[in-house]
Amino acid sequence: MDVLIGQLATGLSLGSILLLAALGLSLTFGQMGVINMAHGEFIMAGCYTAYVVQQVISSAGVSLLISLVVGFVVGGAMGALLEVTLIQRMYHRPLDTLLVTFGVGLVLQQIARDIFGAPAVNVIAPAWLSGGVEIFGAVVPKTRIFILVLAIACVAALATALKVSPMGRRIRAVVQNRDLAETSGISSRKTDITTFFIGSGLAAVAGVALTMIGSTSPTIGQSYLIDAFLVVVVGGLGQIKGTVIAAFSLGFLNSFIEYNTTASLAKVIVFVIIVIFLQARPQGLFTVRTRSLV
Amino acid sequence: MRAVLGRWQTWAGFGIAAVVLFGVAPVVLSDFRLSLLGKFLCFAIVAVGIGLAWGRGGMLVLGQGVFFGLGGYMMGMHLKIADAQIRGDDVPDFMQIAGVRELPGYWEPFASPAFTLLAIVLLPTAIAAALGFGVFKRRVKGAYFAILSQALAAALAILLVGQTSTGGSNGLNRFRTFFGFTLNDPANRRMLYFIAAGVLLLVVAVVRQLMQSRYGELLVAVRDGEERVRFLGYDPANIKVVAYTVAALFASIAGALFAPIVGFIAPSQVGILPSIAFLIGVAIGGRTTLLGPVLGAIGVAWAQTLFSERFPSEWTYAQGLLFIVVVGFFPAGLAGLGVFLKRRRKAKTEPPPEQATDSDPDTEKVGASS
Repeated sequence: MDVLIGQLATGLSLGSILLLAALGLSLTFGQMGVINMAHGEFIMAGCYTAYVVQQVISSAGVSLLISLVVGFVVGGAMGALLEVTLIQRMYHRPLDTLLVTFGVGLVLQQIARDIFGAPAVNVIAPAWLSGGVEIFGAVVPKTRIFILVLAIACVAALATALKVSPMGRRIRAVVQNRDLAETSGISSRKTDITTFFIGSGLAAVAGVALTMIGSTSPTIGQSYLIDAFLVVVVGGLGQIKGTVIAAFSLGFLNSFIEYNTTASLAKVIVFVIIVIFLQARPQGLFTVRTRSLV
Repeated sequence: MRAVLGRWQTWAGFGIAAVVLFGVAPVVLSDFRLSLLGKFLCFAIVAVGIGLAWGRGGMLVLGQGVFFGLGGYMMGMHLKIADAQIRGDDVPDFMQIAGVRELPGYWEPFASPAFTLLAIVLLPTAIAAALGFGVFKRRVKGAYFAILSQALAAALAILLVGQTSTGGSNGLNRFRTFFGFTLNDPANRRMLYFIAAGVLLLVVAVVRQLMQSRYGELLVAVRDGEERVRFLGYDPANIKVVAYTVAALFASIAGALFAPIVGFIAPSQVGILPSIAFLIGVAIGGRTTLLGPVLGAIGVAWAQTLFSERFPSEWTYAQGLLFIVVVGFFPAGLAGLGVFLKRRRKAKTEPPPEQATDSDPDTEKVGASS
């Protein structure tokens, strides 16, 4: 029983990390269909933002809260810049976008390596996040709970923004029918840039949060990127609901398989399960029903 | 039906390539450089397959490192067992150091050279066919396929790093013999180069035949309009699976040659980065052409050897920028530049035709598939 609860807690924590990393992608990949391989580097940008902010503001608690805001803006600005300079030229070539943004990712990684050096750097967690909380006999680190809370807050904020704000309505309108949205007077260009800003900003917020549970190196984004993509693929494009369920399912699956085998084998088994799952539901868990052929 | 190249041009091209690879290179280059060229030729063999699957078939194959690694590891396992047998040991040297006394079960069949060669051909083919059928039959989209093939590469690399029985992150290295030929002898290393050159010519010939056949036409048709091909009564999945499997087979053979030529095979050859790096040469050379990928892959590999050790930081920037510039702005690659210049010359000498004839199926709509 203790083992089960321990695994549940690990799974929940892993799921919330996956969710946070994948949430931005569910917007840029899920809603706009852009495969942005530099998304991982936006996560990394968030990590380094937290590091830099902490160098300026030494109080760990204040710097963490400020980093979340600054990170969102930094990541968002990077994403918007990428959209304006490169991605907007390539909306009709999704696979080429993948390779181009991969190139961007390589460059960003090297920039980080040149500025901060290849060895990992650490961000100090504030005192109120040290230690753990006992839940049904299993000790869960407070940093993990912080990430879970942050993930839920981000999902709630994003869902509300998409649902009720005028900006959210514009985003949904452009995703659902670009031409009709344009004829209704919505600037699809501005909306695309906004969507990308939010998606990339969320990646950086994820990065800031990740500094609480591990150290930051230039390749940190890469290690989360593929998992984040898989979450969005399993969840189905275009719906946050799918991303949430997929993130926690994969989190639980991974932690249970990992407990019974090894970490490396668990990754492979989860991959095989995903391929088999896509046999049953090639479009992911939740799909927007459409009559389109492609 | 369009010919990729005319008949006599093809023979002439093959003749020149054969003379350069078998006649000129061994005479001009030192033994060290020749085996370096052999390594580049391995990358070129992978590139030919990618050209077929990606350039012609529109499938973004991001996991070729998986098949490259499978071929390389299977060959490496055989070579390590053979070395151990010559020394009279039960297990390869790195296992002795790790304290393993008995050969792991899955290593045992690789003691047989025939089984190893057969497995190098059959196992990647089977995996690619199974994965391909699973993905394409269910009409999983191009983007999903790209992500899945990447995830496969990441998963295998992680698996290999964690396995002590395949040498962990060091992989398999220090091969002494190759099917009974000692690798210390320069003449035998030269033989490996000749094998790689021969295989490269062979795979280019195979892909040329495929491109020229009805199948090649169908493959391009699937890339440019999958639904139309389906409505014409063909099954696009079968067409795609064949190209994907051929590309996987080529990558596996290339890996199997890479291991003895370079002297190691490791997870660093398998993961996401090396898998995507295979694509850059193909993109630069011209993904839809027959020879573009070959020349592009050799060129990029050569540049990497030249620059990456002395300027590691600048090389990474260059690699990233090459992806951005070539794929983003010149998707047809250098070969596209040739076509572009030819058209301009034509436009200068001839009056422009009434209707824009963008009918070149090789260069149009590159990468437009989803």
